[in-house]
Amino acid sequence: MFLATSTKLLEPILHSPGYWRTVWTRFRRDPVAIGAGVVVLALILMAIFAPLIAPQDPYQGMSLRRLRPPGTPGYLLGTDELGRDMLTRLIYGARISLFMGVTPVFVALFLGTTIGVVAGYLGGWTNTILMRTVDVFFAFPSVLLAVAMAGALGAGIGNGLIALTLVFIPPIARVAESVTTGVRTRDFVEAARASGAGAFLIIRKHVLGNVMGPIFVYAMSLIAVSMILASGLSFLGLGVKPPEPDWGLMLNTLRTAMYTQPLLCALPGVMIFITSISFNLLTDGLRSAMDVKS
Amino acid sequence: MVLYALKRVVFTLPILLGVAIVCFALVHLAPGDPLVSVLPPDATQSLKEQMMALYGFDRPYYEQFARWIARVVQGDLGTSIRTGRPVVLEVSKAIGNTFMLAAVATVIGFMLGTLFGFVAGYFRDTWLDKTASALSVFGVSVPHYWLGMVLVIIFAATLGWLPPTGAGPGGSEDWKWNWEHVRHLVLPAVTMSVIPMGIIARTVRALVAETLSQEFIVGLRAKGLSEFGVFQHVVKNAAPTALAVMGIQLGYLLGGSILIETVFAWPGSGLLLNDAIFQRDLPLLQGTILVLALFFVVLNLAVDVMQTALDPRIQRT
Repeated sequence: MFLATSTKLLEPILHSPGYWRTVWTRFRRDPVAIGAGVVVLALILMAIFAPLIAPQDPYQGMSLRRLRPPGTPGYLLGTDELGRDMLTRLIYGARISLFMGVTPVFVALFLGTTIGVVAGYLGGWTNTILMRTVDVFFAFPSVLLAVAMAGALGAGIGNGLIALTLVFIPPIARVAESVTTGVRTRDFVEAARASGAGAFLIIRKHVLGNVMGPIFVYAMSLIAVSMILASGLSFLGLGVKPPEPDWGLMLNTLRTAMYTQPLLCALPGVMIFITSISFNLLTDGLRSAMDVKS
Repeated sequence: MVLYALKRVVFTLPILLGVAIVCFALVHLAPGDPLVSVLPPDATQSLKEQMMALYGFDRPYYEQFARWIARVVQGDLGTSIRTGRPVVLEVSKAIGNTFMLAAVATVIGFMLGTLFGFVAGYFRDTWLDKTASALSVFGVSVPHYWLGMVLVIIFAATLGWLPPTGAGPGGSEDWKWNWEHVRHLVLPAVTMSVIPMGIIARTVRALVAETLSQEFIVGLRAKGLSEFGVFQHVVKNAAPTALAVMGIQLGYLLGGSILIETVFAWPGSGLLLNDAIFQRDLPLLQGTILVLALFFVVLNLAVDVMQTALDPRIQRT
């Protein structure tokens, strides 16, 4: 008898759609976010299947056909300053450019969350030491920190990745710390502690589940910034080195052709722009679907 | 209030020390010998050791750091390897140019950003809102160095209305407020203003929308206050935060001007940094980064204190 009633009482809860299902339903109704998601997916597929899609070899150039304008027969988007097919290099460029833009954010997501959650959960001296260190790196404007690090370490993909990761750890750690501090004093954490759970178990079982959502959305919003910064480093000559196809680097090497082939040399920037705006719009949609305050 | 300001200043001191440590460490992070750009490649070992001792590089790190800090506090940032002139002179000249560029860009960005933000917040979910919001997304998404190139292609290369690079006719570096000089400022300033424009528009839109949805606005309208009167209340509520965002954006532009200054060959701190990196002029690199970071810290401090003073709702102790 008692059992029957309690099931009945629970019914609305049992049948209410889960959190992620609600998020998905809301996200699906947002045409802009869906569109941006499709573009991001297309860019990722383009990067993965570059060798299958690209019409030519990205490294093979010919000095006889240098700087052909877009629309040249056989070279849909023209050729670059070394006579390499532009379309091919833009397609291959998605590989390094996306890698350089996305990797630092994910590494920083892992490291920043660790720092922030530990600082937020433990509080006290651990918090003070960790967060004041984070504050020091926060005291540098992001572009300056990235350029300074990459400049001191020297150009190259690895050093660029280190520099960018370092830029994104502090903001993620700050967000992680503030949401963790909010969760720490909640009753269910108190209950877990009272029943003898250790710090590690509580963080893993009770804290992370509640803080990952906002942290993840915040990190997603950093990908657009990271794309612009990563390409910016390569544009300055501090990131990817030639002859690798990277959008930022292509923008740099084609600068000399600005007066003779203006349309051609603007193309790599269009790719960076499309990528960063798609990530921005996707994040906006995700944020409102997950109902996270920015 | 004064107490709070003092407290903030005191709290900033350890941050400043940390910033100095990072700047100091940067040089030692650099691969290879710190003297690599001074010494000839065939220098003998004894000459190398002599030079190391002369510059103090043979001492332990903490001692080098203490000596360096002692000199920095007295305003001595060392000597540029490239020009042989004091780093302080090089930096202060360049930072003036950057400050002017960043300040003009911030003002343009602030005016456009508040305009778009107010329009979007007032006419929420109409096509006006959508257009203004699209412009702000454009502002935060566009790679500004590329936008600079596109503007050069259009207004300098194709139309020939404005000069593509430099800060004055014939590469002169002495700034004057006349059209010959100001026309050099137009393209870089407009390019730079796109970033604060987008961020300020987003912030103002959210602030206006939030203020308009509060009950006191309904109350004001119910008692018959004109729409202009309501507008004044909205401005009052949005201003402190919007101004704070503007201040912080100015700091970001000052520190992050390297990309735009490279595109436009604008003789500011960003271009100086670029030179320092590629010519491995370590004292200049260290000095420029330190000065820019100090600017940023002080600016953030000023913004925070000013915001507290402007906004009586913020209670900080």
